[in-house]
Amino acid sequence: MIQLRNIRKTYQTGYNRLEVLKGIDLEIEAGAFASIMGSSGSGKSTLLNIIGMLDDYDHGDYHLDGTLIKGLSQADAAHYRNRFIGFVFQSFNLLPFKTAQENVALPLYYQKIDRLKRQKMAMEYLDMVGLADWASHLPTQLSGGQQQRVAIARALITQPKVILADEPTGALDTHTSYEVMELFKKVNQEGITVLIVTHEKDISDMTRRIIRLRDGLIENPAEGGVAVQPSV
Amino acid sequence: MFNSDTWQEIFHSIRRHKLRTILTALGVFWGIFMLVILLGAGRGLQNGVEYEFRDEAINTVWVSRGTTSLPFNGLPKGRRIRFTNDDYNLLADQFDQIEYLTGRYYLSGDKIVSYGRKNLSYSIRAVHPDCRFIENTMLQQGRYLNSKDIAECRKAAVIGDIVRKDLFGDGPAIGQEIRIGDISYQVVGTFTDEGGDNEMRMIYIPISTAQKVYAGADDVHQLMFATYDMPLEEIQAMQDEVRNAFARRHQFDPEDRKALYVFGTAEDHQKFNSLFASIRAFVWFVGMGSILSGVIGVSNIMLIIVKDRTREIGIRKALGATPVSIVSMILQEAVLITSLAGYLGLVAGIGALYLLESVSVQYFRNPQANLGMVLTAMLVLVAAGTLAGLWPARQAARINPIEAMRGS
Repeated sequence: MIQLRNIRKTYQTGYNRLEVLKGIDLEIEAGAFASIMGSSGSGKSTLLNIIGMLDDYDHGDYHLDGTLIKGLSQADAAHYRNRFIGFVFQSFNLLPFKTAQENVALPLYYQKIDRLKRQKMAMEYLDMVGLADWASHLPTQLSGGQQQRVAIARALITQPKVILADEPTGALDTHTSYEVMELFKKVNQEGITVLIVTHEKDISDMTRRIIRLRDGLIENPAEGGVAVQPSV
Repeated sequence: MFNSDTWQEIFHSIRRHKLRTILTALGVFWGIFMLVILLGAGRGLQNGVEYEFRDEAINTVWVSRGTTSLPFNGLPKGRRIRFTNDDYNLLADQFDQIEYLTGRYYLSGDKIVSYGRKNLSYSIRAVHPDCRFIENTMLQQGRYLNSKDIAECRKAAVIGDIVRKDLFGDGPAIGQEIRIGDISYQVVGTFTDEGGDNEMRMIYIPISTAQKVYAGADDVHQLMFATYDMPLEEIQAMQDEVRNAFARRHQFDPEDRKALYVFGTAEDHQKFNSLFASIRAFVWFVGMGSILSGVIGVSNIMLIIVKDRTREIGIRKALGATPVSIVSMILQEAVLITSLAGYLGLVAGIGALYLLESVSVQYFRNPQANLGMVLTAMLVLVAAGTLAGLWPARQAARINPIEAMRGS
């Protein structure tokens, strides 16, 4: 599903050149449930941005579902993002002035799906994450866990091939974190590839594969294709 | 880009951000509102002044007697100039540009006018028939004075409408005998005048009769004439010629401004016209100022709005919004709000002008704003808001969604 070959990325800040990714080789098969671990500055966010087509890379090749993703225009990147990838963020990133249902329906707006159908589908996905009763609530009226579940429903509504989650449990307590991880597991069981960036060991331990990143390189290329058994 | 779904998204955004919307709208609303008021008030002032002067022919010139203040040809200063019928004839014979000409003889003080047992006091003007056109006197019944009245020194009187009501009430006036002082006159006509009540408390009699009865000579107190329609420069040149002709006839220095007073309303009109020009310039200046401050206000609020929406833009981008859809979302919202606010400002301004119209003040009438000008101003404000939003919106659409969502 995701194939990265010798990906390099350098940031220029003032007089300093900072090489963040120094040649990443990584293959994530369809239906994987994987996590990327690494301390801050290891390049894991940059890697996630590149996989999510939010940022370009300098060198190498990136194939998503067999399509080469390189030098895309902003509009093309937006199109691929909308069709292939669902994002989940640490800070939920729901639009504060829209209800849960409207938030979930928003990606379909950019697919030009009509309003009634959008709302119906949004209800279905909210029901799936167990928040059907909260459809008309604004994000501020929901708990952190509930907000993250709304965000997950929003990521799923376009039926993406890959869910990219950036520290999805970073703002949640342990109990809620585990609930959210259960939800990801359920999503994965339906065949969607799930890739989670985290620095929490207990979270990554729940995935089937852990990719460790240090100083812009993958630390455990040897076990690149080896699945780690989840601890739960 | 202009489908109903987009608009629903925009209306939703407007409903949920009332403060932001009101702040944007207020600048445009106020700018347009003030502009309408200003233009209307300027226009109202002009209409008012024109209205005040409507009862006089535009090209009227008064020639009045004075006292010499300079010695001339061995004659001492301090001589009083006197007009006679010869002066009237001089103007009538030598100046073809004159359309209407009248001499005036003022009876000293108000005269007691009596009819039956009624004794009332009115002003009397002894004039030539042309006076009717110079004063814009509007005949109601009967006739005005004519040349036969002058030639035969008839004791004929044309009375104002108020005089008629005072003396005759609802009864017939034409043909009745009234007494002015000790002399009996026949009423030949009645008139109204837009110049106000004072003009309608007036009685006109033939100047020749007055000269014979009250002066015993052919004295004329004042001469008035109206020229054919001609430019101010020509009228002024003609006034100078009149002055020179009188100077030759009465032996005074043409430069002696106190010997003879020649005063034209055209000059007044010119003065008013230049006053209006300055008022218009002032209105423009202030109007441009209010538009400019509107432009700055709208631009400012657009910058703030885009800044405020950075996070939202990042989220939308992550969910698949293209840069074009982001820019157009922000701009369509701005255009909608500014045009709507401009329209409301226009309606409120015109409403305020209606209220002003009902207020009756001298020199202020019928305020109107030039709609084309206001619509142009509105267009400028909407365009300014759009342009001011365009640059930051494009910047915002270009930024990395991750950065946009983290920063804030």
